[in-house]
Amino acid sequence: MLDDFLVRAALAGVGVALAAAPLGCFVVWRRMAYFGEATAHAAVLGVALALALQAPMLPMILLAALAMATAVSALTGRGYGADTVLGVLAHSALALGLIAVALLTDTRLDLMAFLFGDILAVSRTDLAITWGGALAVLALTAWRWQALLMATLNPDLARSAGIDPKREEFVLTLALAAVVAVAIKVVGVLLIAALLVIPAAAARPLVRTPEAMAVAAGLIGIAAALGGLWGAFEFDAPAGPSIVCAATLVFVVTTLLGALRR
Amino acid sequence: MNAPLIAARRLAIRLDGREVLRDVDFEIRAGEIVTVVGPNGSGKSTLLKALIGAVRPSAGRVARAPGLRIGYVPQKLAIDASLPMTVGRFLSLPRRVAPDAIASALDKAGVPDLAQRQMKDLSGGQFQRVLLARALMDAPQLLMLDEPTQGLDQPGSAAFYQRIEEVRREMGCAVLMVSHDLHVVMAASDRVLCINGHVCCEGTPERVADAPEYRALFGSGTKGTLALYRHQHTHDHDHDHDHDHHHHHHEAH
Repeated sequence: MLDDFLVRAALAGVGVALAAAPLGCFVVWRRMAYFGEATAHAAVLGVALALALQAPMLPMILLAALAMATAVSALTGRGYGADTVLGVLAHSALALGLIAVALLTDTRLDLMAFLFGDILAVSRTDLAITWGGALAVLALTAWRWQALLMATLNPDLARSAGIDPKREEFVLTLALAAVVAVAIKVVGVLLIAALLVIPAAAARPLVRTPEAMAVAAGLIGIAAALGGLWGAFEFDAPAGPSIVCAATLVFVVTTLLGALRR
Repeated sequence: MNAPLIAARRLAIRLDGREVLRDVDFEIRAGEIVTVVGPNGSGKSTLLKALIGAVRPSAGRVARAPGLRIGYVPQKLAIDASLPMTVGRFLSLPRRVAPDAIASALDKAGVPDLAQRQMKDLSGGQFQRVLLARALMDAPQLLMLDEPTQGLDQPGSAAFYQRIEEVRREMGCAVLMVSHDLHVVMAASDRVLCINGHVCCEGTPERVADAPEYRALFGSGTKGTLALYRHQHTHDHDHDHDHDHHHHHHEAH
């Protein structure tokens, strides 16, 4: 069954959608959409680093994402707004990473795959990495769920309950980096943030509790992955962008439903 | 006398290189109601945060009784509209609790029947009550409230303070409250701490209201606040240190 490239693509898409769902909810609740973007862009630097050092991709991407998170928190609140800091760092990282990758490799094909994903070329090894990473992220968010919610609601309230909001923030950063690392193959760095934000946003009008939102975001993400793949096959469209468009379609429908119910 | 629940000794706090508090000695014991007053930026909220351990002192130290249970009501809690949250779910953080524990906490806070409502749909007064209910979940020995009546109108504030007193009476917890409207709070307090970067004056509400340091801080409004305070004071309660004041109230009504 795994011999079929479409089956492998579908499984990879479902794995990423599952990991992205609860994390995407926190990204939406904490208004971290651009932080997700910056982490994704930093991943290009990680890829360049891996190529330069001939090291494995995954740890290098994690490293670059963590360096990005550290730089963001170090610069924020020093006279710049968070959006400015993210704008500077995200695009600098992307530009620098693109130059590094271009100088270090002779084929342009690799670069395109990193930017827009190459889900139809997912190998068995890729699949194992994707699902390993996805399950690790799911386990991490499930384990820290209550504390993450507290830290998201109010840092002082969290501290009074013995929860360190800084530590929970680090957990989120780590999980975000992991999702970016495993999602690159599926949608590419330019569209990873969309995969985090859109299913969660699409789930919002349908739910009354945080848990319901995470579950609904997961289901919407899976539907988008499968529907997008189908659309890509049917209309001969690029797969990654098709998945994002399928998620957007669900977002439009649920938003209209939410508006009608009011 | 029993040991203090929390004691701060020669506490100093710097935030962003600026000294916000210096040389603060403070303690609160079981069952006491203490109100902290002071102008904006005087370090009131910072003191509370230092006492719960959210802000690290730059000098001095804070000692908490071992295993102390604190119920904290923060000054502001803006729940992003993107975060779906029923009242019941909110009270189930950070520990999952049974529905009847939620119902009983809401009841104590004076807002039964809210459990299924969305947090973002609550009125200002209901929201504060829910925060109070949350703080009461763990049967706290010390209830800490940071300007809990901000944004409530006069009757709303008065009702909220009344509820705090009832909670204190029922649960026997100490109450430490930051306020900027001295007139309403004073009626309920055993002790008032007036701070402005340091402790300006401290004592019973009457003593603080008469203190020159307090008058210097709150200026000409003092007369008005005192009148209001007396009016408020007639509604309650069991102070025994101000008999002549009580006498005065009965005449006033």
